Amino acid sequence: MFAQQLANGLVLGCTYALFALGFTLMFGVLKVLNLTYGFYCTAGALVALAVAGIPGATLWLALPAGALAAGGLAVVVDTLLLMPLRRVRAPELSALMVTVGAVLLLTSLLSMGLGTEIRRFPPGMLGTGTGGAVVLGPVRLAWSQVLIIATTGLLVGALLALLHGSRLGLAIRAVAGNEDAARLMGVSVARTMALVSFLSGVMGGAAGVLLGLNFNAIQPYMGESMMLHGFAVVIVGGLGNIRGALLAGVLLGVTEVMVAGYVDSALKDGVAFALMMLVLWLRPAGLGGRVVAPRV
Amino acid sequence: MPWLDDILWTYQTLIHSLGINGLLALSMYVVLAAGQLSLGQAAFMGLGAYTGALLSLHTGLPFALVLAASALAPAVVAAVIGIPTLRLTGVYLAIATIGLGEVLRVVYVNAGITGGALGLNGIPGRTETWMIFLALGLALAGAFAVGQSRIGRAMEAMRSDGIAAAVMGIDRAAGQLAALLVSAMLAGLAGCFSAHSASFIGPNDYAFETAVTILSFAILGGTGSPLGPVVGALVLTALPEVLRPLQDFRLVFNGLIIVLVVLFLPRGVVPWRMPRLGRLPRGMAP
Repeated sequence: MFAQQLANGLVLGCTYALFALGFTLMFGVLKVLNLTYGFYCTAGALVALAVAGIPGATLWLALPAGALAAGGLAVVVDTLLLMPLRRVRAPELSALMVTVGAVLLLTSLLSMGLGTEIRRFPPGMLGTGTGGAVVLGPVRLAWSQVLIIATTGLLVGALLALLHGSRLGLAIRAVAGNEDAARLMGVSVARTMALVSFLSGVMGGAAGVLLGLNFNAIQPYMGESMMLHGFAVVIVGGLGNIRGALLAGVLLGVTEVMVAGYVDSALKDGVAFALMMLVLWLRPAGLGGRVVAPRV
Repeated sequence: MPWLDDILWTYQTLIHSLGINGLLALSMYVVLAAGQLSLGQAAFMGLGAYTGALLSLHTGLPFALVLAASALAPAVVAAVIGIPTLRLTGVYLAIATIGLGEVLRVVYVNAGITGGALGLNGIPGRTETWMIFLALGLALAGAFAVGQSRIGRAMEAMRSDGIAAAVMGIDRAAGQLAALLVSAMLAGLAGCFSAHSASFIGPNDYAFETAVTILSFAILGGTGSPLGPVVGALVLTALPEVLRPLQDFRLVFNGLIIVLVVLFLPRGVVPWRMPRLGRLPRGMAP
């Protein structure tokens, strides 16, 4: 029983970690708290759902399609809304406000266009029917859960390899560290930022598809409710800190499942906020630790 | 004046929401004027509404005390959230306040006393039109008075450059916390008025959409003077009544307003700054 709960928590934590990873990457490099990020998650899931509706399409087509579409959307939103503000070096809060407005605009339009009912992936989407599962001792993992762990591992590995093992990654880390210095070193800051937007969008979109699989429920507000978890994860892990986000994502998933299983399922939705406030009071730099107060 | 009574009677709901939204816009202004962004105005409003409604339904307290309690409850919560986050950069308060709204919704849905998902019904209609506009007038006057004072100048300094303000000896965190507390009180007051005007409140009335709508009032009006946000609230509350087709697109429109104004009119539609009355402090060049 406990091992099964732990496994379920781990799976949930993987989706949180993947979701928060894109969010924290975006903040770390672009220095903008982008609230439309939750919408990328919804968009990814919806595109995957549309692709899955095509006869003969499998999840192996739907998942990348959803993720890539979300990445593209992220680049469009960043170019239209945030680039102009960056150009005039507008204050941090202006960028945040634009994304606040944009997320309300996009989500309301979407729910007006599609309705708010819950949509589901067609049964048998995973090619193995609904009964397939992997049994490891006392733990039983459904195929969708295995897929979630594998996809998260793959995407996180790829991102870390890109960031730490390639020239593009070096450029991204340079822009994150000091935009002006990176520009002087010949890094194309605009192109690097677009790349980061794309990568974050891909992470958010993939997380949306996986969440849709995990709960088998897709609706226009799913991204919005994910944002709260995303916030908690990036604050607990330290804003802009990738390893912290991974750790905190898994921690949040496991804690939520444990609270729901052993304490009271009604308290589950409060776990994210409680963890976040606890960290803000006790260790505001997050578990990863980074200076967050404005420095003189 | 019977014709005036007629108008007031017919449009009472609209008139009430004009005043209440004006108060909410002002509550948003107080935080923005100190250089922070709170997305918890709807949550503070909800706390005020639930506190007020529960007190009216279960106790015989006079309305003045109910109002006071409704202002106090969100201020306490604002302190819990504001003290740790205001030492950090601006995004932390925004994040924590969005989280607050979501978590409170869960509390209202799950707690027995708040009526669950159905909310609270049959709240006595204790709000009179004059109360709302008296509160709005007092709050506006207060905001103008503070704007003329030392505190107002300190807030302006924090808003334009927090670090420079800190170097000049302004306690940024304390100033911004004070602004947040006042703002939570105003929003709580507005929530209490609205609960006692509508007679019904539900857990979804104070969600993220409401918070963004309140922000759109302030952004449209501009934060150069306290009057701007109130004008913004009046326009955005009255407009859907005048242009019926706009009603369905209200949220889309509010979101669009924020995007367009921040991108193209960063000072809002009421762009002038608050004029300084009286003389400059001694030794200060104009």
